[in-house]
Amino acid sequence: MTSAARLMRWIGSNRGRILSLAATLVLAGFVAACGEPDAYPQSTIHPTTEFGRTIHSLYVDIFWWTMGILVVVWSILGYTVFRFRERPDQPRPKQVHGHLGLELAWTIVPAIIVVAIAIPTIQAVFETQRPYGDDALTVEVTGYRYWWKFHYPELGITTANEMHLPVGRPVNLRLESTDVIHSFWVPRIGGKRDVNPIVRKPEGEGQKYTWLFFELEEAGEYLGQCAEFCGQSHSLMRMKVMGDSPADFDAWVEAMRETSPTALAPEALAAAAAEAEGEAGQDTEAGAEAAAQTVAEDPMVAMGRDVFFNQSICVACHAIQGTPAGGVLGPNLTRLGSRTSIAAGMLENNSENLIRWIKDPQSVKPDARMPGAAYAAGGWPATNITDEQIRAIAAYLLSLQ
Amino acid sequence: MSVSTTTETAHGEAEVHHEDTGLWSWITTVDHKRIGIMYFLTSMFFLFVGGLEALFIRVQLFSPENDFISAEAYNQLFTMHGTTMVFLVAMPMAVAFFNYIVPLQIGARDVAFPRLNALGYWIFFFGGLVLNASWLFGAAPNTSWVGYATLTSATQSPGLNVDFWIIGLSILGISSIAGGVNFITTIINLRAPGMKLMRMPLFTWMTLVTSFLLVTALPVIAVALILLAFDRFFGANFYVPAAGGDPILWQHLFWLFGHPEVYILVLPSFGVISDVIPTFSKKPLFGYPVVVYAGVLIGFIGWGVWSHHMFTVGLGPIADAFFVAATMTIAVPTGIKIFNWIATMWGGSIKFTNAMLWSVGLVAVFTVSSGCSPGCTTGTRR
Repeated sequence: MTSAARLMRWIGSNRGRILSLAATLVLAGFVAACGEPDAYPQSTIHPTTEFGRTIHSLYVDIFWWTMGILVVVWSILGYTVFRFRERPDQPRPKQVHGHLGLELAWTIVPAIIVVAIAIPTIQAVFETQRPYGDDALTVEVTGYRYWWKFHYPELGITTANEMHLPVGRPVNLRLESTDVIHSFWVPRIGGKRDVNPIVRKPEGEGQKYTWLFFELEEAGEYLGQCAEFCGQSHSLMRMKVMGDSPADFDAWVEAMRETSPTALAPEALAAAAAEAEGEAGQDTEAGAEAAAQTVAEDPMVAMGRDVFFNQSICVACHAIQGTPAGGVLGPNLTRLGSRTSIAAGMLENNSENLIRWIKDPQSVKPDARMPGAAYAAGGWPATNITDEQIRAIAAYLLSLQ
Repeated sequence: MSVSTTTETAHGEAEVHHEDTGLWSWITTVDHKRIGIMYFLTSMFFLFVGGLEALFIRVQLFSPENDFISAEAYNQLFTMHGTTMVFLVAMPMAVAFFNYIVPLQIGARDVAFPRLNALGYWIFFFGGLVLNASWLFGAAPNTSWVGYATLTSATQSPGLNVDFWIIGLSILGISSIAGGVNFITTIINLRAPGMKLMRMPLFTWMTLVTSFLLVTALPVIAVALILLAFDRFFGANFYVPAAGGDPILWQHLFWLFGHPEVYILVLPSFGVISDVIPTFSKKPLFGYPVVVYAGVLIGFIGWGVWSHHMFTVGLGPIADAFFVAATMTIAVPTGIKIFNWIATMWGGSIKFTNAMLWSVGLVAVFTVSSGCSPGCTTGTRR
């Protein structure tokens, strides 16, 4: 007797035990699958937008359809191989060549199921690609190897890697890339959508962008990730969407537009304020604030500012709102001190991590375009700044609250 | 030479024993069975290579922040794993079975073009070596097995990595097209008298469908690779967006090859089990013509679904909806096959040989994968 036949006989005599084991396993699977959303910050099964829910409910519906089909087919298959196993002294089975009615049935029934699945799927395809009207907030998302730029044309602000969005207002995200194809994916919001390099068109023809449309319903942090392989640090190209209440969002926008109190040297800030005062003819608050700074300024912040602007190549790539730093090749650093993470969601934003990043970015993110203190990268020479200077820059950047 | 001896030994074992068995006889052979064995062994070797690559990937993923291999080595390993498994394992493994079995099933002395057959094997063999020679330069392909533009451009990926990939795959494509032409000719022209098309064993039928897919799909990837080679070597701009080229063009060309490729890989297995299941159930295949037509239909519809790998690209709802519908349509002929296989076993006397166990396993597993595919296509791309 073959081992397979022995197995079949064993299954036959232990039917009850096998069934109860299978039931236990299925149950355990369901229990394990029900997690708290916070434990799985990048899961699609806890959607927080209409967009995400449309996709998720489609996923659930099709899951149950397919599970139903699976149970039916596996039951028939299991029964068939068990019932019609070879037995000793069995006569030659009846030679059947086919059955038109049966074959029509198992053509038509699956076809009906396919239609039943296809209709809601195609509806969802159209529902999730409908742009919002003029009341929507448009954000221009640009993918770089390996970080994200977020530009708000209507508000005139630019930030990187942490995109603040107001709850309750529809958003149109316009996506483009500067180098290779990336893909924008924040699983709890919905998506994903590729971030393609823009193809240059002849004069007069419009550029073709890709878009994502959604509306946040709850305040909170939503983690996201580049979802199209884009090079060595693809898996390290993360982002956060910060869902703010409308009031918080407005406050954030206001802060982003103003020059951070420590961004400029106190004298320069005072001069800028005086100039603004001359134009506006009132508001002396900024001047007073600057005067207060003159007294209280941390020497490390002052030194960091000096290194950042005058003794390094930082400003070739980086910009800070309201200062002469206007580089556009790297992430915008305006109010960096108020961000939760650095290096596109890779490191918690604190002094130690900033120092590590500025000194040796390639150890955090291989192939990043940023040079280290002692080595060239991304076409830039080594920054050649000392550890003391790096600590100062970190202090300066963290002061940009 | 061994050609005449092997093909005319139907009546005597003595002649077989006289056959030359040295290394040189294998290198110079044009015998379909020997070439089949060589395809089999070579693809088993590459299976070991691809498996080793997968092992490195898995060890790296064993714990977070693992520094077992560098990011660059990881990219090379998963790119070469994917490329190896598709082009150096799964495809030649199917060709091994075509070679060994099809002439026997249709009563032919050999394939139609035995020398082309041998040439095809050696092109495949050296193509595999060229691709893997990249390891010696520390420059194995590193842009994933789908090699999306513009990551593969000379600006974004300087170095030999992508060059090895282009040249290796181009060489392998020639081998596959030669094989496809050979099997179409063999099956159309060399059947024994009385072996009408609708009497052919299912494995031969699926070989025929697969061969048509080979000769139609492989030229598409060849074109895509040649355009990429022009971009990289001669400064052309087919995929360069800043010059008006379109990186999405690569994706269309790649998947226009890549989806029929899926059926190139799976249809031979369908053919195998469509012959194994009746044999060990001691019954003829249930609904033979329907199983044949379903296979042919899968081959045809397989050409109209490529953009389901591109749902995230942003082609717009109309294109997405079309490819959703076309993809789901494939569930129907696939379902027909599954039910026909089960009906073949129904009422039979099933002998559970290894071949039969694997075949029943395929029916069970394929029910999961094909049943889930409409679900997966709503969210994923590959």
